[in-house]
Amino acid sequence: MTTVETALGASKTMVLNMGPQHPSTHGVLRVALELDGETVVKAVPDLGYLHTGIEKSCESKTYSQAITLTDRMDYLNPLGNNLVYCLAVEKLLGLEVPKRAQYIRVMMVELQRISSHLVWLGTHAIDMGAMSVFLYCFREREEILKIFERFAGQRMMTSYIRIGGVALEPPAGWREMVRRFLAMMPNRVDDYETLLTENRIWLARLQNVGKIKLEDAIAYSMSGPTLRAAGLAHDNRKAFPYSSYEEFDFNIPTRTDSDCYGRYMVRVAEIRESLKIVEQAMARITDQGPIRTEAPGIIPPEREKMKTEMEALIYHFKIFTEGFSPPPGDAYVAIESPRGELGCYIASDGSPKPLRCHFRAPSFVNLQALPRIIEGQLLADVVACIGTIDIVLGDVDR
Amino acid sequence: MSESGGQNASVVAEQLRTWNADAVSEVIEFHGETTIVVPRELLRVTAEHCRAHLQFNFLSDATSVDRFPVEPRFELNYHLVSIPNKTKIRLRTRVSGADPVVDSLVPVWPGAGWLEREIFDLMGIRFNGHPDLRRILLPDDWEGYPLRKDYPTEGFRDIPATFLPGFKKQ
Repeated sequence: MTTVETALGASKTMVLNMGPQHPSTHGVLRVALELDGETVVKAVPDLGYLHTGIEKSCESKTYSQAITLTDRMDYLNPLGNNLVYCLAVEKLLGLEVPKRAQYIRVMMVELQRISSHLVWLGTHAIDMGAMSVFLYCFREREEILKIFERFAGQRMMTSYIRIGGVALEPPAGWREMVRRFLAMMPNRVDDYETLLTENRIWLARLQNVGKIKLEDAIAYSMSGPTLRAAGLAHDNRKAFPYSSYEEFDFNIPTRTDSDCYGRYMVRVAEIRESLKIVEQAMARITDQGPIRTEAPGIIPPEREKMKTEMEALIYHFKIFTEGFSPPPGDAYVAIESPRGELGCYIASDGSPKPLRCHFRAPSFVNLQALPRIIEGQLLADVVACIGTIDIVLGDVDR
Repeated sequence: MSESGGQNASVVAEQLRTWNADAVSEVIEFHGETTIVVPRELLRVTAEHCRAHLQFNFLSDATSVDRFPVEPRFELNYHLVSIPNKTKIRLRTRVSGADPVVDSLVPVWPGAGWLEREIFDLMGIRFNGHPDLRRILLPDDWEGYPLRKDYPTEGFRDIPATFLPGFKKQ
């Protein structure tokens, strides 16, 4: 601790409370900052303001009921949360998902990634003082939410991905809708880049700010764009492919500068890569085919069958009253969410409710490195650092 | 291809056995995932060996399970990833309810810090050698550990004392 002699006596460092209502914390994060002048000496994040005990609630719900809870963790990535949970349950059950449903899942999750990165870009630009980018990003995000609404009937908490497949057949005219979005989007991303990438204020605020060494990023279990901006091309979609990602052709954007600007560049490049994946997925989704796997007693039967077959009616009744029971054991599945490695660990004791359901939240783990990143930086840069780690407090606190 | 990817995860169990036969008390294979059960006392040295010699450089997740009323009731699971080898394993250690203390893995992977704080906060397992073992999601004065099986999901302390039978106005 530095002591400075002033006319009023010895001055020590000052403790400043940032948040929990500070707009740049993107929710309710409180950081206690110890400042020496404008330099951060020590930072202690304080979280839990949004803790809702989702993991505990999952234990008193059947496997299918818990899907709706997962939507509400990372509210910018509900489809990704659905996906990781369903993949974990499917692994416990040993279910194989039809290819058509897998491609639909990939397309939806990649659209979700674009929309999440758009929210990040818009809000981060606002933090840095660029108002107009926010409006443009939200305009495009609205288009994605409209697509979700047509697919699932909901804009945000879709619960569209279900155990064994997806909830609904793609709506009439979905190809035209997605195609129009894909045609429009590359130019829009160019527009954001025109406004920001070489903008002098943007460069001054982000370049050489919030650096973290690659060894530190790995040691602190950081993942996602933050890790890739530090120079490591680690992406669960490539390293441990799930949902047929191995069939898609895309790159993992990396940077080596590992500062806030690098994270920005990685995310913008990821939007473009996701557009490529959406296009490929759309070509692979056939017009006809199953959207859910056939597993009597686990997957709800079709409406038509229930009216003609007694077994189907019995299964329907059993699934919605007592649920289904996976064999005892446990499974851990990790996917690449917009923020990094999103994991789901489920332990089953052979009953219709999970014994334990744990989510490895990428925001939570990445936020852990915040003190490491901001200590020694200026107070004004704290905002840029919190922003580019891209935390969602619903994901941090669960 | 197995879920664990490139290098076979069960080979890792063999390598650990050759290094120290006591470190592996059980190997569980389930749906392509390899779980290596490690005695509580050897958890930290085994983890350190995995990181330093078997290239498990990334701690992906740490979590716990409460199997109440079975004893030892707690299970700690550390999910390790080797980014260069594209391998995943799970280190598991069992902890009794009477003495829920384990050696912290923060000296091995600093990233374990908040994950272990979360386990301490919600499950009440303490970590020896953790630099900052405080509650993280719940308020500091919270009583009990919500993820334990003997802690109910609903109806715990949410009835104000004034509504309870036998309450007398002072």
